[in-house]
Amino acid sequence: MEEYQRSGTAAAGQQPIIEIIEMHKWFDDFHVLKDINLQVHPQEKIVICGPSGSGKSTLIRCINRLEEHQRGSIIVNGTELTRDLKNIEKVRTEVGMVFQHFNLFPHLTILDNLTLGPIWVRKMPKKEAEELAMHYLEIVHIPEQAGKYPGQISGGQQQRVAIARSLCMKPKIMLFDEPTSALDPEMIKEVLDVMVDLAHQGMTMLVVTHEMGFAKTVADRVIFMDFGEIVEENEPNEFFDNPRHDRTKLFLSQIL
Amino acid sequence: MNTMESSREIRPPSNNVGVVGWLKHNLFNGVFNSIITLVVLAVLIRVVPQFIQWAFIDAVWFTSGKECHEASGACWSVVTKNIRFNIFGYYPYDQQWRPLLAMLLLVGMLAYSRDWKRWNKKLGYGWLLALFVMGVLMKGGLFGLEPVETTKWSGLPLTLLLSFFGIAASYPLGVLLALGRQSDMIIIRSLSVVYIEMIRGVPLITLLFMSSVMFPLFLPEGVTIDKVLRAQAAIILFTAAYIAEVVRGGLQAMDKGQYEAAESMGLNYYQTMRLIILPQALKIVIPPTVGILISAFKDTSLVVIIALYDILNTTKSILNTPEWTGFSTEAYIFIAIVYYLCCFSMSQYSRRIEK
Repeated sequence: MEEYQRSGTAAAGQQPIIEIIEMHKWFDDFHVLKDINLQVHPQEKIVICGPSGSGKSTLIRCINRLEEHQRGSIIVNGTELTRDLKNIEKVRTEVGMVFQHFNLFPHLTILDNLTLGPIWVRKMPKKEAEELAMHYLEIVHIPEQAGKYPGQISGGQQQRVAIARSLCMKPKIMLFDEPTSALDPEMIKEVLDVMVDLAHQGMTMLVVTHEMGFAKTVADRVIFMDFGEIVEENEPNEFFDNPRHDRTKLFLSQIL
Repeated sequence: MNTMESSREIRPPSNNVGVVGWLKHNLFNGVFNSIITLVVLAVLIRVVPQFIQWAFIDAVWFTSGKECHEASGACWSVVTKNIRFNIFGYYPYDQQWRPLLAMLLLVGMLAYSRDWKRWNKKLGYGWLLALFVMGVLMKGGLFGLEPVETTKWSGLPLTLLLSFFGIAASYPLGVLLALGRQSDMIIIRSLSVVYIEMIRGVPLITLLFMSSVMFPLFLPEGVTIDKVLRAQAAIILFTAAYIAEVVRGGLQAMDKGQYEAAESMGLNYYQTMRLIILPQALKIVIPPTVGILISAFKDTSLVVIIALYDILNTTKSILNTPEWTGFSTEAYIFIAIVYYLCCFSMSQYSRRIEK
């Protein structure tokens, strides 16, 4: 992965595109997220890391309301997430999500996986949606697989399709929930390369990952979470070279 | 000749291939299996020739009932001589071409629809038209066709009618109930649960009785609802509850990630269900669903109890006439074959759709 010019910090003066204020979440009695405060600016790339069970996945799943928070507020691109279904659907069309297990629709071809959102949510004519889908398949380097079913391609290819599927909705923000954790080692790079390209093009990205190489090259900020709290956040060089908290130090010593 | 064949390749030992190999592998594979094979063979040798003697060699085919009583073999005349009554029942004799045509139309439409790649809007309209034509053929009163009361509908057309509409209507109803049972809305969920559990707690016969005997008591005087229609409703309501539980199983088998992926794209509930969840869930549950539909088909014979003359009941009427008393074996074998053909076609049909 090559070095590239970070853009996020330069945009710090702008209005944040995601604003999380004093947010708490419980699973029944279990306090899974505690007093989360986070601002994300347009084009910023944020990597979230932490031990398993620290609430990092839950945090980004709250941003498109796959999980409901119980206290505080989350405002995404000017829309506050409440129980209002209209607002939730509006936010979801603006936020793309890539899952650990790809979650492609196995009964549809790759092309149909990609055109589904544009056709049914954006009400785009079929032909136009297919052109759009092919465009994004080319961006993730697998246009030749368009006619196949998800089960017929490799994990790395499936994840790239999943990224293309999200991009077809022309999202303003992309969430990645451990996008490479379920992949065989030789396929991780092809997915990370696509994500780096995306970062270059100025996408706002929140990435939950343990790929510290990716964090170092792409992230504007790295956030470390533990026990449902944001323990430390810093720009990557500082984060990796001079971690301030003991928990961060311990975590980094375990994964690096 | 065979230059491609490697010189290293030799033929397998002769007792591993061919007839001997097959016998050894499938019939005499160990002491226990050998004993079973011999026992089964002994039973077959005793039973099969005797059955052939009775069913074919000594059998009479087109005689009167009297001659039948003198014959030592099977009396297939009970079937052949009464075939029209057996199949069409009390439908007016000179009009019986109409239910015949309706049934052929139904079978033709089903045969054409067996490949799901042909399922499109046009085929949907084709079905609507076909159903309309079948209705007109059966009921009459239009296009100069003599009207025929539904009380006279009987035999195989009645069986097929009750099963076809029973299946066609209970399936979507069952899917809706399954979705209702999974719903977040508590009222819808409780209603679905109560409905499903109540219906499953009651035998079909009870429902048929209620629909034919008790239900009319609640109607205002002068209002009557067709008896066939009432039986049909009972069958639909009954089957739907069972379909609902099977479909619920399919919905629960779905990976949560599928819901999340659909939702995170901004699809709403109906789109998520229609485009993502149901196509996969319903496919998973095709085998148990077909089991339910087949038993629904066979259960239509219970309408005997409310004095509708389906194909089983017309057979009984024939056997009640003095001329044909005592030939129930032959008559029921024939009915069994009819039922078997229908049920077997259903399971073959579902396998095609499963692909």
